[in-house]
Formats: sequence, C-alpha cells, structure tokens
Amino acid sequence: MAQTKETNFVFAPQTRSLNRKKYCRFKKSGIKYIDYKDVNFLSKFVNEQGKILPRRITGNSQKYQKKVAEAIKRARFIAIMPFVTDGYK
Amino acid sequence: MSLKNYESVIILTPVLSEQQMQDAVKGYRELITEQGGKVIHENNWGLAKLAYPINKKVTGFYHIFEFQAEPEFIATLELSYRRDERVMRFLTTALDKHAVIYNERKRKGEIGNTKAAEAARAKKKEEIELIETEDLED
Repeated sequence: MAQTKETNFVFAPQTRSLNRKKYCRFKKSGIKYIDYKDVNFLSKFVNEQGKILPRRITGNSQKYQKKVAEAIKRARFIAIMPFVTDGYK
Repeated sequence: MSLKNYESVIILTPVLSEQQMQDAVKGYRELITEQGGKVIHENNWGLAKLAYPINKKVTGFYHIFEFQAEPEFIATLELSYRRDERVMRFLTTALDKHAVIYNERKRKGEIGNTKAAEAARAKKKEEIELIETEDLED
C-alpha cells in the first residue's frame, strides 16, 4: 500500500509535465460571445454537482472565465441548468 | 432616439393552454412594437422541463424575444412581466455587438449545433408528458 502511494507520487508530476500546456479555448478558437441558452456548451464548464470549474482546470483566460461564470449563472436563473444537483452529465 | 439590442427570456406557467400561451406572447410582442421597439427574432421552445421547481411547477413554456428598444422601455416591459401572473420568471439582457453577430449567425445555422439542441429538447418532451399531469393538479 505504502509502496503504491510512493510510486504515484514519483510518477504523477512526471506524467503531468508531459501534458501539453493549458490554453484558453475561447482565445484560440476566436469565440467572442458565450450564449447562456446553450446548455450543452456550458455543461463543459461545470462538474457533476453543477459547480463552476475553476480556471486552473479549464485553462480559460480571466476575461472568458468571467463570461462563462456569468452565462452559467444566467442559465441557472432561467432554470435550464441546476443550482445544485448530483450526477449532472 | 437610439435603440439598443436586448434579449428577453420569459417562462410562462404550464397551466396555460397552447392558445393562452400564444395570447400572452402576442401581448408582449405588441407591447414592444407599440412603444417604438422592433422585434428582430422570436424563438419559442414550447413546454420544457425546468432544472428545478419554480412556484411548485416542474415545467414551463419558454419564449425568447430578441428586440431593439429604447433603454427606458425595459422598465415598462419588466413591470408588466411582474404584474402578469402567467409569467413565472423573466430575464432581460442587453446584447453587445458580439452577441448580435452571434445571434444572426445562429439564425442562419452557421454556428451552434442547433439540431443537436433541438433533438435533446424533443427527447425531454417525452419526459414532460409524464410530468405534465403533476403540474395541472395544483
């Protein structure tokens, strides 16, 4: 048990560094407006509980993270996305 | 006299009949045009399932207006939404230039998987039929 933990610790950072650098998908693909009515798209930015994912996971730039957050909050208000849930997606 | 672009989503109570729903929508369409506004586009999602209950209802009629109006008109419009018992919830947003372009392109079908979205909505409709009776009992 102790051994597996140790190996995980050793290998995790290495595999991580092999991953490509994170980037902002909005900047890359030139999306200027995030539609709050598009649930399929917004659901990429929440976890199974319906919580908004942080920037360190999605890689969004601050400008677009704010827009994503605003869009998700609007979607929640018009009841097309849940405020709280379990097993979303 | 400068018109701004707005978008308004309203959720109407599911106890209305199809005709009553159309009447309610028609009323707002007229209100917008009467007050010097211009309706650019409308979208009716029909009866849709809510992500959480509102006023103890689990479904609602969604209607979306995209319109141009003077900023002063928004207060009038929202006041009439508040006075109207048929409207369970509303959201009016000002559209920036990117949003206007986005909506235009979406209408032409250039962006957005509208077909996928509609398919998903149609699938949900089946579920709604089961729930519908629940709402009407209230």
